[in-house]
Amino acid sequence: MNLHRLTLTQAIDKLKKKEISHAELYKDVHDAISEKNTELNIYLALDPEAVSKGEKLLNTPLAGVPIAVKDNFLTPGLETTASSNVLKGFMPPYESTVISRLKKSGGVVVGKTNMDAWAHGSSTETSDFGPTKNPRNPEYLPGGSSGGSAAAVAANLCIAAIGSETAGSIRQPAAWCGVVGLKPTYGRTSRYGVVAMASSTDTPGPIGKTVRDCALVFNHIAGHDPYNASTSTDPVPDLTKQLDGGVKGMKIGLCYVDHHALRGTPAADAVITAGKVFEQLGAVVEPVPVSDEVKPKHMLNPDYAIGVYTVVQRGEVSSNLARYDGVRYGGDRGAFGDEAKRRIMLGTFTLSHGYADKYYVRAQQVRSLIIQNFHELFSHYDVLISPTSPGFAQKLGASTQSPMYGELEDMLLEASSVSGLPGINVPCFRDPATNLYIGLNIMGNLWQEAKVIRAAHAYEQATDWNEWAKKS
Amino acid sequence: MKASPFTAATVQKIATLAHIPITDEEAGELAHGFTTTMDVVDKLGKVDVKGVTPTSQVTGFENVFREDEIDSSRMFTQEQALANGKRTHNGFFVVDQILDE
Repeated sequence: MNLHRLTLTQAIDKLKKKEISHAELYKDVHDAISEKNTELNIYLALDPEAVSKGEKLLNTPLAGVPIAVKDNFLTPGLETTASSNVLKGFMPPYESTVISRLKKSGGVVVGKTNMDAWAHGSSTETSDFGPTKNPRNPEYLPGGSSGGSAAAVAANLCIAAIGSETAGSIRQPAAWCGVVGLKPTYGRTSRYGVVAMASSTDTPGPIGKTVRDCALVFNHIAGHDPYNASTSTDPVPDLTKQLDGGVKGMKIGLCYVDHHALRGTPAADAVITAGKVFEQLGAVVEPVPVSDEVKPKHMLNPDYAIGVYTVVQRGEVSSNLARYDGVRYGGDRGAFGDEAKRRIMLGTFTLSHGYADKYYVRAQQVRSLIIQNFHELFSHYDVLISPTSPGFAQKLGASTQSPMYGELEDMLLEASSVSGLPGINVPCFRDPATNLYIGLNIMGNLWQEAKVIRAAHAYEQATDWNEWAKKS
Repeated sequence: MKASPFTAATVQKIATLAHIPITDEEAGELAHGFTTTMDVVDKLGKVDVKGVTPTSQVTGFENVFREDEIDSSRMFTQEQALANGKRTHNGFFVVDQILDE
């Protein structure tokens, strides 16, 4: 019946109207998993009781639909490894807040998805359990670190998914897999029970088939959590009510397309074309030139964000991963993979005596300038748009070519991530020769997910790039 | 603020600080990678940061307090606390000796 191809919104509707049963929905999802998971390596663990859990949840908002969850969310009863051998066999004794909320709203964790080990990377190739392949074209990477979750959505091996982003880890795999990924404002979604990577930027969020689906999942996972002091106590906006607001009169800044690494590329061209779509919808779109210093209506050079992110992220990694001592849980520190070793050690270096001022403090100062730059930009613009990634998905093996691979893939997202801003990826081009996608990144000011969703939904409705949006 | 290139010896020193066991061969490879990475980071040296306050928290939150009360709903039993330990003995974790006799 192909029920696994349904969007979240469609699946809930059909379940509630009793047009389909949970047994039928889960059968199609599980058949698709049986057919494709061996090749694509998306799920690390599956819950065999998911369907019976779903059946009891018909009268909840999410009606008991199957949701794929990145393996860095603690899920009691399901092994949680963050794709690292260090945590192989780890059975979490408590549950992450995002997953508790998802379940309370009627979501069912169908399985745990592959990721870059510890979320260190942008390829899902640093997983200790083998790379995930891009369902759009299995010779290519899905991106990362939430590559398994994005691939699960793209391959219809779930109805929606949960990922987490530190700097690109929701949006970049969503871009490469041709799906929608929403990175909320830092502090909008709880980090409690998420394997910590960089605590000052880690942000859980939804990956889905449409903007509407992501808005709906966001509504059910966001909000203040007493177990995570950095979550906001502000009320959470109902994003599903923002979908149809449109972009008429919105001021949109077009970013990074003039950067030397992007000028004339398919990614830049697709986003310039997207800008024209927004103009036709009634928005005012202006180019935001790249600059080496903070000045009005200019975007700070992404090279600086790469440096800031590299130092801040490695520093926080070295601190967060110090807890893996092999005593209370997990294996010993010799079991870390190469990328984790690199990041822990480089962070240890930049925080060490004699170097902390030179690297860590300076990076946090440049971070302040980046924030100041966005503050200035959002006094002129409602949202900013850019390519999500500098290009199409890369081939398997690409991540091993450079120690800076991930930072270069995420160069257009790191500035907004170190500033805590919300953003979304929506598909904005497909190359018919390779079946690979380019993603449009729409960024908003702190707490302004509503504007991001409005712009994203308007774009999705006005174009044909999203196969699921066409049907709904 | 050009960084001096890393050597296998400096990498081994960092490995000791980070408590990560690495081989000499790995140290050589890591030294090369670290030098490449820090070359990119060195671009931050071009930015004028005089008088700029560093940011570690982006949403402007300051100290967040809660009552210092025991929340028994979040407490592990001894069994739960020990469940994922690789080496336990009589209800305790077993750790390596770090002090000499």
